[in-house]
Amino acid sequence: MPVSDFQPVIGLEVHAQLLTQSKIFCGCSTAFGAEPNRNTCPVCLGMPGVLPVLNQRVVEFAVRTGLALECTVKKTSVWSRKNYFYPDLPKGYQITQYDQPICEHGRLVIDTPQGEKVIRVRRIHMEEDAGKNVHDASGGQSLVDLNRAGVPLLEIVSEPDLRDADEAVEYLKAMRDVLVYLGVNDGNLEEGSFRCDANVSVMPKGSSTYGQRCELKNLNSFRFLKQAIEYEISRQVDVIESGGKVDQETRLWDVNKGVTRSMRSKEEAHDYRYFPEPDLPPLHVSDAAIDAAAKALPELPRAKLTRFTSQYGLPAYDARILTAERPLADFFEACAAHYADAKKLSNWFLGELMRLLKEEGTPLSALRFTPAQLAELLGAVDKGTVSANAGKDVLGEMFRTGKAPADIIAEKGLAQVSDTGAIEAVVDDILAKNAGEVEKYRAGKKQVFGFFVGQVMRAMKGKGNPTLVNDLLKKKLGD
Amino acid sequence: MQLTDLTMLELAAKLAAGAVSSEEATRACLERIRQVDPKVRAFLRVDEEGALVAARASDARRKAGNPASPLDGVPVGLKDIFLTEGVETTAGSRILEGFVPPYDATVVRLLKEAGLPLVGKLNMDEFAMGSSNESSAYSLTHNPWDLTRTPGGSSGGSSAAVAAREVFGALGTDTGGSIRQPAALTNTVGLKPTYGRVSRFGIIAFASSLDQPGPMTRTVGDTAALLQLIARHDPQDATSAAVETPDYSADLEGGVRGLRLGVPREYFIEGMDPEVEASVREALREYERLGATLVDVSLPHTKYALATYYLIAPAEASSNLARYDGIRYGQRAKDARGLKELYAQTRERGFGPEVKRRIMLGTYALSAGYYDAYYLRAQKVRTLIREDFTKVFKDVDAVLSPTSPVPAFKLGEKVDDPLSMYLMDVFTLPCNLAGLPGLSVPCGFTKAGLPVGLQVLGRPFDEARLLRIARAYEREHDFFLRPAPLRG
Amino acid sequence: MALTLEQVRHVATLARLALTPEEEQRFSTQLSAVLDAVAQLQSLDVEAVEPTSHATLAESLLREDVTRPSLPPEKSLANAPAKSGTSFAVPKIIE
Ligand SMILES: [Mg+2]
Ligand SMILES: [Zn+2]
Repeated sequence: MPVSDFQPVIGLEVHAQLLTQSKIFCGCSTAFGAEPNRNTCPVCLGMPGVLPVLNQRVVEFAVRTGLALECTVKKTSVWSRKNYFYPDLPKGYQITQYDQPICEHGRLVIDTPQGEKVIRVRRIHMEEDAGKNVHDASGGQSLVDLNRAGVPLLEIVSEPDLRDADEAVEYLKAMRDVLVYLGVNDGNLEEGSFRCDANVSVMPKGSSTYGQRCELKNLNSFRFLKQAIEYEISRQVDVIESGGKVDQETRLWDVNKGVTRSMRSKEEAHDYRYFPEPDLPPLHVSDAAIDAAAKALPELPRAKLTRFTSQYGLPAYDARILTAERPLADFFEACAAHYADAKKLSNWFLGELMRLLKEEGTPLSALRFTPAQLAELLGAVDKGTVSANAGKDVLGEMFRTGKAPADIIAEKGLAQVSDTGAIEAVVDDILAKNAGEVEKYRAGKKQVFGFFVGQVMRAMKGKGNPTLVNDLLKKKLGD
Repeated sequence: MQLTDLTMLELAAKLAAGAVSSEEATRACLERIRQVDPKVRAFLRVDEEGALVAARASDARRKAGNPASPLDGVPVGLKDIFLTEGVETTAGSRILEGFVPPYDATVVRLLKEAGLPLVGKLNMDEFAMGSSNESSAYSLTHNPWDLTRTPGGSSGGSSAAVAAREVFGALGTDTGGSIRQPAALTNTVGLKPTYGRVSRFGIIAFASSLDQPGPMTRTVGDTAALLQLIARHDPQDATSAAVETPDYSADLEGGVRGLRLGVPREYFIEGMDPEVEASVREALREYERLGATLVDVSLPHTKYALATYYLIAPAEASSNLARYDGIRYGQRAKDARGLKELYAQTRERGFGPEVKRRIMLGTYALSAGYYDAYYLRAQKVRTLIREDFTKVFKDVDAVLSPTSPVPAFKLGEKVDDPLSMYLMDVFTLPCNLAGLPGLSVPCGFTKAGLPVGLQVLGRPFDEARLLRIARAYEREHDFFLRPAPLRG
Repeated sequence: MALTLEQVRHVATLARLALTPEEEQRFSTQLSAVLDAVAQLQSLDVEAVEPTSHATLAESLLREDVTRPSLPPEKSLANAPAKSGTSFAVPKIIE
């Protein structure tokens, strides 16, 4: 059977680092990039005698995420210990949630070529991150940095509802958008604060029994996720085609070779001996806390996108870009409150504003001008006070200096000349100086018109109102 | 009479009156340790300098009329399971040899803040696993009442040091009887508070859902005073209860008239020592004479408690002791090649036989395929044991029983027979499973002069009543005045 | 219930204990005896009983999300058997 006769079945496990100030069970900072073991204390070092005390923000974030993903938030959930030995795991167990996670039975809608598709979320639970083992190039040893040990994570597990690599990528993007929107995660795949493992299996089309699955790790970009899944699907099909059977195992995506390979060293003696964490009482979340979190839930990316198309009459393309990040969407709406033509506003956003943001590497939060000022600039362009081209320069100046558009226009003398008399004088002058060209034009060589426009604009240092220049030229040339 | 013969409260009164200084009292302890500890071997480490510095600071406070607590200046000892910043802490294990903690346990901090000089660290069964102190990796502690016998365990260094009057009091920990049983075997008072009454932060964990620290002293009044200093909610311990701390001394002399005291038939079993039984029965009659009503009660699941305990405690321990891997602290196997060997050799050499036995048992009880049959089932039986107590405490104010089924046994007698060693805790461990407070108070001696303890169990957070009940008996019997002979 | 030598070895692997052959023998015998003793629990009907995993009456205690000073690395590493810079050192981990 060729690959096309097989149905891939994919589920994703997302690990999202929560944007808290302190770790999940101690007061150490979660800041990234510190010197090894700078952000450690007896608790996260797993010293004898230490006990965990839960960070309440972690619970808030978990509840918020659960509600956003339409989960049932459990009023009582239980902490468990997952026991295994590894140098980056200081206590010899990870504190996590096992059979009674905080959220269950949610969903996330994604777009597919066939339309919308609901991907079920099986569960969300809270847990602590491990530290980091680094191979020491100089010696035959590995180094252990526990700065990340105890950083709070949400683990979000989907049902195996995804059917190809593209759906998996869509799901992961949609999940990232939601988490970033909720303010619980920074969505950074490269730095590993947003991570994903993929469970992949294949079965003959039409079958209802899932095949043996493999867990893929090291998928730290959307591109790798897609490539790894596609590679793994064809690998599993090959194994089955050649009469073998797929082993359940953990496989690592090898970025350089573009293949997945077995991680045998991690496989041996897997028995995590989960049991309820005796140091932490069961976690109770009150109805009141759940209600409050529900009320405080922001509009989610998908709802916002729909509203942007209906409320502002924007094309889906524009709406998608504008709503991709909450601060941009918020800023757009703030500007729209001062400026009626949403499409024109969107054009400025998608064009000049995003170019500037990208080029200058400025976050939206650091913008130096107000929505009202941007609206003022667009109004000036509409009224012909400045040309569209000069308007771009004004925006650039606003971006860098935060000065009011009117001041910039005045200072730089960018105001457009819309005085008919003044333009007429220039037009007359140009036509008089170029009698030969005028002859050609009148003889039918209409292309020369552009030449006249250019001459007039040059003489006016680009500030002539182009509509008026055109109109007057045509009138004088006798059209 | 020597200074060290005073009780904590007697010494505190002299300190308050300016009749004696804390430095004198501390030096008296240090001198007593020099004299008798070579025989008793209660101490793993004596912190002479630290204790004297604290004593002088205490004397300065007293002089300024500014004592930090009623026990300011009273020297005490600590089981070596309490983390002490800057002072080596080993839990009696080779694997922690040389470990110098970077922080103090909450109760250690509380004692320091209350001004008590901490004289040193006391021997114990390795990681508190044992009932005789014999599983200590470092030394054998001897019972001051008969040096050929055990002082009990696992807080045996604490019981021996208090009984030998090397310190005025000590802190121990109790997971299945480790405060009460050694107290009973050494003619001292030991209290295991309600689970959550005293912070566990900074105490090396054995079985987290059972462990609880508590005082070990010569008198009930001293226990009340010491408990007063450590019983409080700790924001660093999520299992610590946010309840008010009563004044434990206020009602101490209130007597037992009108109280209903339960006598559980399951706690008077075949195989218990007849002299122990006789002493305890005599104590029960005393309570009747003092005006209490004895009530025959039943705790029907008692016979399952030992099995339940010996699944739950090792299971939790197997996980708690995973952190001893030779990477961040403690001993590491020097010649290990590769990571796997580093783990397995470090732990093989660092842990003693009893600890390994329990790690093995606990790992097995949690492992795939056995969890439901062993661990989960034990957790359910634990519920039944708790419910037994809940029912009984609807009818009675406290429950009385022997603390240990036998008096102090010979060192070496049970070392190779884990099951018979485990039986030593049969009367004490149900209380840990139920999370209740329990206390042991001296109630006489066998003909051979070995101490016998009476156990008083109570409702959650009812320590004050337990102390009052114990005190009513103590007032009639001055066993605590008898000095241990230090012979054997 | 008897614990076979093979089971003893598996459990020792899980627990990261390099038991000697004598210990394997001894633990097989001793743990079997303990398991026999705890087998009496199997006779109880606990079908409808909720397990007790916590003896605490404490409610979930939560802390505010504020940072507190960490230990300086020299203190964090003071007890380490081997270190390199401010990292703990272990034999090379082979993936
Ligand atoms: Mg996980
Ligand atoms: Zn920390």
